[in-house]
Amino acid sequence: MQENRLYKGQELAIKYFTVAIVLFGAQLLFGLFAAIQFLYPDFLFGIIDFSINRMLHINALVVWLLYAMIGAVYWLLPDEAGIEVVGIKLGELAFYILTAAVTVVVLVYLLVQVGAGNEWTLWLITEGREYIEAPRWADIGIVAVVLVFLYNVYATVMKGRKTGILTVLMADLIALAGLYLAGMFYTDNIAVDQFWWWWVVHLWVEATWEVYVAAVGGYILIKTLNANRKVVEMWLWIEVAMMFGSGILGLGHHYFWIGTPEYWWEIGALFSALEPVPLVGLFVHVLYDWGKERGKGNTIKNVPAFAWLTVETFGNFLGAGVWGFMHTLPQINLYTHGTQWPAAHGHLAFFGAYVAIMISAIYLAVQGKAGLKELKMTKAGWWAISLITVGVLLMTVALTISAYVQTMVERGMYGATWEGYFVAQANQWFVQGMAWRLVTGLMVIVGYVFLVYDLLTCTKKQPAEVYEGETATATA
Amino acid sequence: MDNKPSVWTSNRFWRRSATWVTGVSAVLLILLTFDSMAQMKMGTEEDIKNKVDRRIPSPVVINYKIDYQLNRTRGHEVPIIGGMDENGKSKYEEKEKFFGRDDWSEEEARELIHKGKLTIQAKNCMDCHTLLGNGAYYAPDLTKAWLDPAWETLAPAYNGKEYAMVEFLKNPPAMAMHERKMPNLGITDEEAKAVVAYLKFMSAIDTNGFPRNFGKIKGAVDARK
Repeated sequence: MQENRLYKGQELAIKYFTVAIVLFGAQLLFGLFAAIQFLYPDFLFGIIDFSINRMLHINALVVWLLYAMIGAVYWLLPDEAGIEVVGIKLGELAFYILTAAVTVVVLVYLLVQVGAGNEWTLWLITEGREYIEAPRWADIGIVAVVLVFLYNVYATVMKGRKTGILTVLMADLIALAGLYLAGMFYTDNIAVDQFWWWWVVHLWVEATWEVYVAAVGGYILIKTLNANRKVVEMWLWIEVAMMFGSGILGLGHHYFWIGTPEYWWEIGALFSALEPVPLVGLFVHVLYDWGKERGKGNTIKNVPAFAWLTVETFGNFLGAGVWGFMHTLPQINLYTHGTQWPAAHGHLAFFGAYVAIMISAIYLAVQGKAGLKELKMTKAGWWAISLITVGVLLMTVALTISAYVQTMVERGMYGATWEGYFVAQANQWFVQGMAWRLVTGLMVIVGYVFLVYDLLTCTKKQPAEVYEGETATATA
Repeated sequence: MDNKPSVWTSNRFWRRSATWVTGVSAVLLILLTFDSMAQMKMGTEEDIKNKVDRRIPSPVVINYKIDYQLNRTRGHEVPIIGGMDENGKSKYEEKEKFFGRDDWSEEEARELIHKGKLTIQAKNCMDCHTLLGNGAYYAPDLTKAWLDPAWETLAPAYNGKEYAMVEFLKNPPAMAMHERKMPNLGITDEEAKAVVAYLKFMSAIDTNGFPRNFGKIKGAVDARK
């Protein structure tokens, strides 16, 4: 049963997934510190200040998701194309270079933290731009590594089978990588700075990443449900049309208040209001396929992967779609912009849209590595998915309550001044929301412990029928 | 449907739709970006002399008095530079001393805000504060910080609010105004001056009325005091 028939690309995928899960833990740890500081500002003050915790929290998030995204592509690429990944040696080298670079960046963040106000700091320590703080040298390293990755993908697909899923991924990944370049320059003009900064941040998380998720989600449906490829790929193209159709110009909803012309009000409002539509489609699609396969009496080939995919589609719709829509219109956003509103939305959206599907992909790899034809949900697996999902949902509700208070008090009553800010922060309901955020954050951390345990042990804890008649096929 | 293929279930149709929709959206975005970039170019001293409003004005605005007032035509507040005329437009006349001078040249002012912006990035301001509303939510928004009434109360003791702000930035815990303190980030005198210049410059950026009612409503809230 242990005779391994994984592709080299899939072995590389497992390496990427491993680092991803470690960084996920780091994200939660620094998020915890930041959450504590909201309630007890003296906690770690002068040692790891809020800004550092917060930077590590969001950077670990972005980097672990990118690791998992690259991992998932290396996992499905040889399987879809039907051949080994071309240039795999180069791909492995790139993995080690990237991981070494990430380690150095994190150590510098933690030990050096900030620099003097000159270009050297931007090159060596931090660029100080939310989400893409990584210093310039690391930017260049990231670009080099991504070029290797793109070469692997393109060369493999050219040589092997060109499926619809791979076609979408190829187009999407080149856009995703190209957009990073928009965040690699310096300007004194903060309005122009933020304009291009949103090209990276928005066109990643609200356009190219969403399309990536649709493509990988399609692959997971085929693997877990034996869903009909033709139908999956048709849905995928519809989703690409809707996601790019709404998401590209939906960028305008970040251009309401940063020194940009007024026409972005209308453009941003209209297109970003359409952004939830494809997310509903994704959710309906998954449930529809599930019902159809159940009707035929077919079992789910990988229950945890499918369960996480379901969480993804619902969480994506709720977090990115509903919570995003709640404050996307300029009439509302004038008051919610820069409050806990985006924090509430961001937590559920990142979790729903990206974290859940990456965990789903990792479960596919766990199954494939053990060579099991089926993977059932274990007890620990249920605890993990329940604690993490419910934890993030409740955290979002808690942050939303704080956000309401902040919007009403700081923005509505006090007109956004320094005094208004702190009056709102001290409001008992605001503080209560922050306290619940900490509690729910701990819930997520406990869930994470279950998750790690389950990923390491679930293949050994399957019910007897799973092992019976098991051949040494690499599922994948 | 099984024997008569419909266009709605044709992968080819949807693939072409996706390509077209994406292409058209991308082209529109690029065209709009060109227009936005033209409108968001940093203004010059010439513009100020000619009283031309720019969304992002020349850094020499640090020589002028800056205010934030409701513009009836636009229906929201706009920055007012150097006094307001009867139509609610900037006059670019009324000067205000900034670190003892109101004759900062374009070159000097640009150098100052260049240093200021670099310092803002080097000290990671955006991972606690928001600037133009973007960043983290652990500390107040800095978009109009220059105009915050809180500084007015400190200004007399320091001979002007810019000096108070510099003192604060150099060692924030010493001047802590709240339990949630800003840490000492090793900001030098020169850097602090530059950051304050940036804050003044930023308060003159036309943000389409964000934040709403900045510093105006306190009176209404505490009206009975």
